[in-house]
Amino acid sequence: MSPVSRGFRHLHRAPAGQEDRVPPGQYVTDGFPVLSAGPTPHTPLERWTFSITQGGQTRKSWTWQEFRALPTETVTVDIHCVTRWSKLDTVWQGVSVDTLLDQVEHDVPYVMAFCDGGYTTNLPIQDVTSGQALVTFGYDDGPLESEHGGPARLLVPHLYFWKSAKWVRGLDLRDHNEPGFWETYGYHMYGDPWKEQRYAGD
Amino acid sequence: MDALDGNVIGGLLIDVFGAEMTAAGSTCGTCGATRPVAELVVYRQAPGIVVRCRTCGNVVMVFVTRHGVTGIDLSGLASLSEPGSALSGGQDPGHGCLRTGTPK
Amino acid sequence: MERTAVRGRLTWQTAAVTSVTRETASVVTIQLDLPDWPGHRAGQHLEVRLTADDGYQAEREYSIASAPGEPLAITVERLEGGEVSPYLTEELRAGDELELRGPIGGYFVWEPGDGGPLLLLAGGSGVVPLRSILRHRHRAGSDVPAHLLYSARTWPDVIYCDELDKDYDHLQVSYTLTRSQPPGWTGYTGRINQALLAEVAWPAEARPLAYICGPTSFVETAAAELVGLGYPPEKVKTERFGATGGH
Repeated sequence: MSPVSRGFRHLHRAPAGQEDRVPPGQYVTDGFPVLSAGPTPHTPLERWTFSITQGGQTRKSWTWQEFRALPTETVTVDIHCVTRWSKLDTVWQGVSVDTLLDQVEHDVPYVMAFCDGGYTTNLPIQDVTSGQALVTFGYDDGPLESEHGGPARLLVPHLYFWKSAKWVRGLDLRDHNEPGFWETYGYHMYGDPWKEQRYAGD
Repeated sequence: MDALDGNVIGGLLIDVFGAEMTAAGSTCGTCGATRPVAELVVYRQAPGIVVRCRTCGNVVMVFVTRHGVTGIDLSGLASLSEPGSALSGGQDPGHGCLRTGTPK
Repeated sequence: MERTAVRGRLTWQTAAVTSVTRETASVVTIQLDLPDWPGHRAGQHLEVRLTADDGYQAEREYSIASAPGEPLAITVERLEGGEVSPYLTEELRAGDELELRGPIGGYFVWEPGDGGPLLLLAGGSGVVPLRSILRHRHRAGSDVPAHLLYSARTWPDVIYCDELDKDYDHLQVSYTLTRSQPPGWTGYTGRINQALLAEVAWPAEARPLAYICGPTSFVETAAAELVGLGYPPEKVKTERFGATGGH
């Protein structure tokens, strides 16, 4: 039993009256911690593309200009990291994943998001459609910083934030639910923070 | 967000291996580069701790702590050898060498 | 994929804080009393764990500032936005308890038998384990020659400056101040580079042993430049500190 450290305060609790916004086991932070499994990639925008792929083929691809010409939206959402911090009322600008997926015929149950640096994460396609996910390029009132995933990251706020893949470059259409990077190392295949699905088997 | 090095996981390595390992010699399973564990690249601001080869950048070790138990994945490492002297970094292949992963 | 889950073997102990001494505006040295402390080697670190009253815990690593045989001490720099260092540098006081475990490390360590000459390169609070090495060298009566090059932002940021200037034989100390210098400054300025190292480092032919500690960018620049000056990589030991968020 560790002794309590006199006077040690930590990350905040939810603001009074808003406890129901914070999933079990989470703390609210004012900051925006930077978590990464590898070095920050720096793909120049003139080489950046976002692609929908399937079976080794590119079904559809957008350059940065083409991507930024798509309809955008601004959303305010709460985000929940599996390392136990939550951040309320974060503001993002991006393109709905529906807008991107609507450009191809598809009939698969799953996608694998793939990213610069090799990071991947798997998601059911029904969790990134119907307005539930964006490919974001803006955070707060500016461009998304590279340490937070810029130029573009996936945003799927109803799942733990490791599913909101940084430096995203596309979605691979999949028939089967295969584990991405963290899922391979024991994190949960789905990741619902309200059911505390942090690890496989939770 | 700067990467750190294997020194910072010294305590974790004692937890997992039961011994001081920062001076142990590591061989990358992807590119074959050898160096002391202390000189590997460590990303620890993450859902797990990711250790990468300083030469090729590929993952050599991953630590994930779930429900108080730390699991370690060494499939990116070709071998880990018992520390020799702190100076040499512990290259001593005939002495307590742990083979892991698939030789490439 | 092979996986092994093993229980830990380095145990947490509760130390009594005997003093908290301010070194600079953002740095303190914390002296600790721990009856079962097994002793340590110069250059090693320990882990500190804080526990809030709701059970929340935070752990960080700190280099040991004292030499083997001296009362155990760590030196901590307050990092902006840090979770643990503001507590240790501004709240902790003599009479408090601090949970810790250690000592840890077998790579970034020095004994007199390891010889020299020694080249010690310190970036900011990276001077802490190097000070442990210098204190150990002094207490052991070693005459291994040593040169410390200490990079800090400003003169008020330099830790241990009285001790470094007065207490050690066969030690040359050079400072480089990267952000601003006091009037009449005759030391170096600016970040370390190959020209500065060519001037202060032992030549490779002397077969020196180098220890570099500090923020990652400092360590990587310095290590690359030493190798460029002919130092064999296996004679250049490195320890990277987190500049942000790591502590």
